[in-house]
Amino acid sequence: MTTAAPAPAPVRETAPARSRSARRVPYRLLLPGILWLLLFFVAPLVYQASTSVQTGSLEDGFRVTWHFATYWDALSTYWPQFLRSIGYAAVATALCLLLGYPLAYLIAFRAGRWRTLLMVLVIAPFFTSFLIRTLAWKTILSDGGPVVGALDSLHVLGLTDALGVTEGHRLLATPLAVVCGLTYNFLPFMILPLYTSLERIDGRLHEAAGDLYAGPLTTFRRVTFPLSMPGVVAGTLLTFIPAAGDYINAELLGSPDQKMIGNVVQSQFLRVLDYPTAAALSFLLMAVILGMVTVYLRRAGTEDVV
Amino acid sequence: MRAVARPFRRLRRHLVVIAGLGTLAYLLLPNVIVTVFSFNKPAGRFNYEWREFSTDAWTHPCDVAGLCGSLSLSLWIALWATLGATLLGTLAAFALARHRFRGRGAASGLFFLPMAMPEVVMAASMATLFLNTGVAFGFWTILIAHITFCLSFVVTAVKARVASMDPRLEQAAQDLYATPFQTFLRVTLPIAAPGIAAGALLSFALSFDDFVITNFNAGSTVTFPMYVWGAAQRGTPVQINVVGTAMFAVAVLCVLAGQLAGRRKNRRRGSRRS
Repeated sequence: MTTAAPAPAPVRETAPARSRSARRVPYRLLLPGILWLLLFFVAPLVYQASTSVQTGSLEDGFRVTWHFATYWDALSTYWPQFLRSIGYAAVATALCLLLGYPLAYLIAFRAGRWRTLLMVLVIAPFFTSFLIRTLAWKTILSDGGPVVGALDSLHVLGLTDALGVTEGHRLLATPLAVVCGLTYNFLPFMILPLYTSLERIDGRLHEAAGDLYAGPLTTFRRVTFPLSMPGVVAGTLLTFIPAAGDYINAELLGSPDQKMIGNVVQSQFLRVLDYPTAAALSFLLMAVILGMVTVYLRRAGTEDVV
Repeated sequence: MRAVARPFRRLRRHLVVIAGLGTLAYLLLPNVIVTVFSFNKPAGRFNYEWREFSTDAWTHPCDVAGLCGSLSLSLWIALWATLGATLLGTLAAFALARHRFRGRGAASGLFFLPMAMPEVVMAASMATLFLNTGVAFGFWTILIAHITFCLSFVVTAVKARVASMDPRLEQAAQDLYATPFQTFLRVTLPIAAPGIAAGALLSFALSFDDFVITNFNAGSTVTFPMYVWGAAQRGTPVQINVVGTAMFAVAVLCVLAGQLAGRRKNRRRGSRRS
């Protein structure tokens, strides 16, 4: 989704000099969409920026007082949720890559005539409301359910408890459950770009690597993986960004101890009705994510994917 | 070297298949649970534990107050959001993919930005706008919000398709004395159609399933995801699972039917050519 369209081939002009109306065509085509985004995407951000430096109360109304301390207060109160969001999203992204890569590889190179069916099965869960599917995880991970029973008898839960990712003999309301839900929910966003970039790889490159005595692992490390980098970068971004802002998984599968920054924004805005704090937190989240994405893209060295 | 590599290669081949299928199982497990529990008869208000088999929910899908109303509202909103986003997005995509003009980079970036932002930020900012301008939350605010976030996806889908299209086809049409309008209708549009269809489908799915942005901009209007969210707090009726299962089945059947139709068409085309 982040792969940029290749630069369009210049359209041959029939007349040597472009007429004025022809030059206006792209602007006319763009106008409705741009106006829409200015009204309902840019203007909201401006309003939110203004709200974040307002003070006041619900009864007396809010007024712009250039109260930048809201940002500092929000950050010093909610830094644990910030760190938790980044941490959970990073772990979920890594897990998505780890789980998604084999499946994308399988579909791209090994599926043969099953390819279409497997692709359909990857996309199909999208058509069941993700809230319903996330609630299903409540059943799967429920206390006394088969998963908890099996992990408990294998003493896995004791191990994860010692590591601090679960608590006692349960999975629900633990960091593990939230990360598992985040991984599950954003996995297709990892698989699809990975598949797209793997599928483009010329199979003869694998043969060539084999002919040059590269073992399968070397072939993967030196040929397949580097060529799939655009997919890896696009997939990690498409997973990390929504995961860092998510509040559904923490709400449904976690306890108050697993609240992420999205939960704080949601409750400040919709329950506490502290709009300045909610606005400041949104901007901080946006800044953190844009900053991390920029650094990441610079280091990954593939700026052209966006 | 090769003799040593062979067992490794075989192991790796199977490892990839096993790991891939494991991931697929992880992806599909919740859908299996949703389907199985659509036949449950739960003891309490929550449908999280299996009790006994029953087809009650399937035979009485609308027996729960508010569920079917929220479902049809969601379908209705998704329909209009798809129309709006597809129209605005297709026009913009044509401008971005087919023309070079001043400000193209900036416009392209503006259309990309909503996708690069966490949903909760966009949701809160839009709700701030509506609060400050005194617009009443409800159907219209949901629709506006949905069109806004679907727009970027349509632009991306259509742009990719139009950019990969050979401009000489249009020139050929014009050389054959087609008017610009005829060229657009008979050449450009049919070639761009798959991209437009993909963008529209994506918009429909995104709008229908959206919770975060709706949560902030709905007021007291209840779409289907909002209904499920409320149910997660109050008690989950089995009918929710019926809707989830039915949606999954319809989607898979549609995609498979489309694939079959496409394959048959290709076969016919292939036989004609030979």
